[in-house]
Amino acid sequence: MQRIGVFVCWCGSNIASTVDVERVSEALKNEQGVVFSTNYQYMCSQAGQDLIKSAVKEHRLTGIVVCSCSPRMHEATFRKAARSAGINPYMVEIANIREQCSWVHKDIITGTEKAIILGKAAIAKVNLNAPLIPGESPVTKRALVIGGGIAGIQTALDIAEAGFLVDIVEKKPTIGGKMAQLDKTFPTLDCSACILTPKMVDVAQHEKIRIFSYSEVSSVKGFVGNFDVTIKKKARFVNENICTGCGACVEKCPQKKIPNEFNLGMDNRSAIYIPFAQAVPKVATIDPNACNMLKNGKCGLCARVCTAGAIDYTQKDEYIEEKYGAIVVATGFNPISMEKFDEYAYSQSRDVITSLEFERLTNAAGPTGGKLLRPSDNKHPHTIVFVQCVGSRCSVDSEKGKEYCSKICCMYTAKHAMLVRDKYPDTEVYVFYIDVRTPGKAFDEFYRRAVEEYGVHYIKGMVGKVVPEGEKLKVQASDLIENKQLHIDADLVVLAAAIEPDKSARGLATMLTASMDTNDFFTEAHPKLRPVESPTAGVFLSGTCQGPKDIPETVSQAGAAASKVIALLNKDKLLGNPCVAHSNEEICNGCSQCERVCPYGAISYINKEFKMPDRSIKTRRIAVVNPAICQGCGACTVTCPSGAMDLKGFTSKQIMAEVDAICR
Amino acid sequence: MQVNEFKPLIVAFCCNWCSYAGADLAGNNRLSYPADVKIIRVPCSCRVNPMFVLRAFQRGADGVIICGCHPGDCHYTSGNYYTRRRMTLLFSMLDYLGIEKERTRVEWVSAAEGAKFASTMNDFVSKITQLGKNKRLEDLRCKK
Repeated sequence: MQRIGVFVCWCGSNIASTVDVERVSEALKNEQGVVFSTNYQYMCSQAGQDLIKSAVKEHRLTGIVVCSCSPRMHEATFRKAARSAGINPYMVEIANIREQCSWVHKDIITGTEKAIILGKAAIAKVNLNAPLIPGESPVTKRALVIGGGIAGIQTALDIAEAGFLVDIVEKKPTIGGKMAQLDKTFPTLDCSACILTPKMVDVAQHEKIRIFSYSEVSSVKGFVGNFDVTIKKKARFVNENICTGCGACVEKCPQKKIPNEFNLGMDNRSAIYIPFAQAVPKVATIDPNACNMLKNGKCGLCARVCTAGAIDYTQKDEYIEEKYGAIVVATGFNPISMEKFDEYAYSQSRDVITSLEFERLTNAAGPTGGKLLRPSDNKHPHTIVFVQCVGSRCSVDSEKGKEYCSKICCMYTAKHAMLVRDKYPDTEVYVFYIDVRTPGKAFDEFYRRAVEEYGVHYIKGMVGKVVPEGEKLKVQASDLIENKQLHIDADLVVLAAAIEPDKSARGLATMLTASMDTNDFFTEAHPKLRPVESPTAGVFLSGTCQGPKDIPETVSQAGAAASKVIALLNKDKLLGNPCVAHSNEEICNGCSQCERVCPYGAISYINKEFKMPDRSIKTRRIAVVNPAICQGCGACTVTCPSGAMDLKGFTSKQIMAEVDAICR
Repeated sequence: MQVNEFKPLIVAFCCNWCSYAGADLAGNNRLSYPADVKIIRVPCSCRVNPMFVLRAFQRGADGVIICGCHPGDCHYTSGNYYTRRRMTLLFSMLDYLGIEKERTRVEWVSAAEGAKFASTMNDFVSKITQLGKNKRLEDLRCKK
């Protein structure tokens, strides 16, 4: 039997003007379990809280009902007061008689009546409340960063600098990501490699960071503070601990006709390869689909020339199991496929390229050594047309592209145009755009420089068609400002392809039970106030996996994600939410319905022995909720056919009692 | 003065993260709706067991409304989808039992939609007032 105290707040005149507080506290006096009822001007004030505390002592209260403002406002305040008065904070219930009563009803009679009913419902609930104690779980002081681009690198460095262990998992043979492929970076035009590669080296040399390159996350179990992750280390057929990265094998490899992914297929690599000169880790990798030795056992040249003896044709995929306290997703982006954009003749002409391919063409370490040459005939192009928004900002019903703005294209196209005009002033550069979007520090100045100082022709309008004709690409476009059709004979057409999340992200989201939007970008816990956390506790977001971003934004988000991880790993124990689901093992028949609806994977099954009335022992399968994973939504409680599952703090009996009190 | 004016009894289940906050916002903005609506806070609309709805009707409620986050915005990622499916089934069954479809409703009200909360409640109450008292499922033994 509870001993309940009822405290009705006036909230100055906020409540008292439309609710007769005196009548409310009087009417609630006779409710079941109520031993004390009073009203006061400001319950949330220090004096109000002291009133509650002294009433607890004086009347030996076990439960508290506060008729006041919304629990979203002061539930925490009154729970704290209860705790300091020596009763469990979860023995407090709030009847919301301000936001949901006095403020929305004008008549004092109906307002008072409703306030009494809301108070009765809260009392009915408190009568069934039980003390709840939040569970504790330990925190593994190591973080996992999935993706080794600039986002992952920055996050890992920041976490490691705070003194925690970090592992980076990168599916490619080297870290560096997209930024390693870029030539210059806007708006300062400093060289991408010059600012990225020192960071890559920092990562490699940091004693707190381990790099799992050419590896993928194959399974994730567990929960915040205690993730069990299996990492698949793909066989690279080279012992990376011995390989010195000298490149002798790469030079001698007879199989040299493999399209080079790092240069987007614009030149070739050998079957054993190091992606680029500054790769981290700088070790060779054998492409099993191209290597003659691995395909038919004939060759073995690389093993013969390797003085370190690092080549190992028998290497197998390796699975590594590790525990982590936090996981950061930094899986990045890719340009979308151009196959649906036939009007730009991407598949018909090698001189129609994407912007990322253009980056490689102008990069001093690229396939042309930094000379701007047409891929088809290695001639210098004299007229270049840039097409903006290829696949970005498409209409909702368009099957071809994305609805969103890819955000970075306006700026990198201005950069490309500027670089071309700077190196080759004899080249005419046209940029076709829908809008030029350049918000960002020194961004609009940068774009205006391209137009005003570098004489780039910006034309508002879209390109309708590109037709390869002889050596030229006939570009048909419209100029919306001059209101006329344009025909340009171009030598090179560069498409600003939309960017999309990496394909691996969806599978990863399923493993992490992290949610995604319709475009497969990871969703944040709150779009404004918690932008680097996933709704799944312990999973954080860094970089373009969450939405299109440029490098400065990615780096700042990476730092923000790292600071959240550090705050988490800094704790020795995590306090959970005690309002979690709980299965009554006497009733549960192990049917698995609850497991299927649980969005967090918090429910598992165990076989438990039960003593039967005839003293025999029977083993039954029953559901067990992990309170550290359960977020307390209650989906399982409704789906449970036997009624074994209930939610602490919001039990079926409590809610039914509230219904009864309201309908009395 | 009208005597015996029918005042319906409405039970509203509101999810803690969106609709309950939306109801609070309606209060903050002083958007009035009839006092016949009594709100019960649940963590998620998917916590509402069909039993609770039945119980409310049995105890004399004239209408039951369940409010949750908009599809895709659920704090628990997918709870409101369960609500939508469960309640669709329940409401069609209740309709079959004689509890008119107008007496039951699922609405999506976000934490920013105080105005929508108030207008939804105004509309719901006026519909129920037109329908009159729920006599079909009310268990008179429950009444004192």
